[in-house]
Amino acid sequence: MAEPMGFYTDTTVCIGCKACEVACKEWNQLPSTNGGLNTLSGDSYDNTRQLDGIHWRHVKFIEQFTEDRKDGRWLLMSDVCKHCVHAACLEVCPTNAIVRTEFDTVVIQSDVCNGCRDCIAACPFGVIETNPVSGTAQKCTLCYDRMQGGMEPACSKACPTQSIQFGTIKDLRGRAQKRVEQLHQAGEKRAYLYGADDKMLGGLNSFYLLVDKPEVYGLPPDPKMPTRNLDASSMFSVLGAVLVGLIGIFNFRNRGASER
Amino acid sequence: MNGVPSSTYFSAPPDWGWLIVLYFFFGGLAGGSYFLASLIDLFGRSEDRPLSHLGYYIPFPCVILSGLLLTLDLQRPERFWHMLIESNTYRPMFKYWSPMSIGSWALLIFGIFALVSFLGALADAEHIPWAAWRKVHPPSLLGRFIAAIGGIFGFYVAGYTGVLLSVTNRPIWSDTPLLGMLFIVSAASISAALMILLAGKSRWTMPGLRDLHRVDVWLVVLEFIVLIALMISLGPVFRAWLSAWGLLLLIGVVIVGMLLPLALSWRSQWLGEWNMKTTAALILLGGFLLRLVIVFSAEGV
Repeated sequence: MAEPMGFYTDTTVCIGCKACEVACKEWNQLPSTNGGLNTLSGDSYDNTRQLDGIHWRHVKFIEQFTEDRKDGRWLLMSDVCKHCVHAACLEVCPTNAIVRTEFDTVVIQSDVCNGCRDCIAACPFGVIETNPVSGTAQKCTLCYDRMQGGMEPACSKACPTQSIQFGTIKDLRGRAQKRVEQLHQAGEKRAYLYGADDKMLGGLNSFYLLVDKPEVYGLPPDPKMPTRNLDASSMFSVLGAVLVGLIGIFNFRNRGASER
Repeated sequence: MNGVPSSTYFSAPPDWGWLIVLYFFFGGLAGGSYFLASLIDLFGRSEDRPLSHLGYYIPFPCVILSGLLLTLDLQRPERFWHMLIESNTYRPMFKYWSPMSIGSWALLIFGIFALVSFLGALADAEHIPWAAWRKVHPPSLLGRFIAAIGGIFGFYVAGYTGVLLSVTNRPIWSDTPLLGMLFIVSAASISAALMILLAGKSRWTMPGLRDLHRVDVWLVVLEFIVLIALMISLGPVFRAWLSAWGLLLLIGVVIVGMLLPLALSWRSQWLGEWNMKTTAALILLGGFLLRLVIVFSAEGV
């Protein structure tokens, strides 16, 4: 296996140009609109609005302004699949359509997926959706085809501010840590890394430098694996079956005994 | 948490809609009816056999319908077999930690038991002239074995759907470990209700009918307790039910589907001979609305 590869996204230098979105759509031949069904958000420059089957990159525009708009700031973040080391989607996929590549990234094989949508419900980040053209679940592949050819993903290649950086996870973590220290020294004490260590789902192969709480960016503070409920849920189900069985046995047996 | 009660609120809805609600309902009826029929066969009296026959008539059509509903719900229905066979390697596709994967196999295997017992019950009731099929029906040893194993698979089919919902990251579904238990108890209660309703229309005078009604009342009591426990287990996520779906849960499921049937059973003289059938119809309605609320209320968050 090659060394794990991924993205480090420094949200403090994102300018919201959406070059990453355009590059992603161009390379992956994703439709710009869903047959004209796409609607504008109406209250923001963010008209992509969400990650889904035809939007594998999404630049979020988070406006933090006072009511009189005299003071405030923009938080900009190019969101994408996190390529989790412990991937919820891969874990539940009942057809093995979702696989881990030699680069430690997570890819959906469109020719295998049958559109059951279990992965959509499992992903804690709300990344996956059905592509209306293929009828299969789709998301960022971290440009698996480009990586196999020795190229970097289209989005990071297009990013003009190096907000999206591509490389080995080990190298990216080092770079990100230095950037956090630099920001702290410059007075931006709120800067921290989201998903850069192994604590969050074994580590996110696409991790972020943020300057506010994860929820502000639409990210879960403590994403979990869906199978966390499997044992308890199964045990309670067995308990339910036993109780139903006892109710049935008691009533049918009771009657038989009393009438004999 | 920025006004959000759980990390599950950051996931996306899978758009499981009416087809899945119907599958949960008919799958529950299939598994629950088989389980009750096998209980009657294994622990009841021989006079109750027409009632167990009825229990075996329900699962097979329901399993066929379930398979169709599940296939139609796929975005690529022609690839339904990918659930069972790995399309790249043609090896069996099985993930024991994925409820949807095990559920697909369980539905297939249970379908075979449902078909065998369906034919066995028809032969035992002499509705078909295939006397050999009576051997697969209790009280023969083979018949008892099939009833016992089929009953376990039946209950698995009835309950795994709740576990499947819990093994996601969606609000409500994955915020409680009790959905599987609720679905199992509910599957048994709606199945008993359907059997009572169908028996009421038949020409049989079934000795075990009142016992089945009594079982159903106990099941509704248990279901009510599990539902309350589930609501408590949701913690702050319970707020998601402070909505139209919560109102439907309260009125349609709790009052109409649970408390009213219990009241009717307690005061059996209220509706006279219609009491038992009305109770059963309300339980069946409540069971359907329960699945509707569980699926759609999480989809809407």
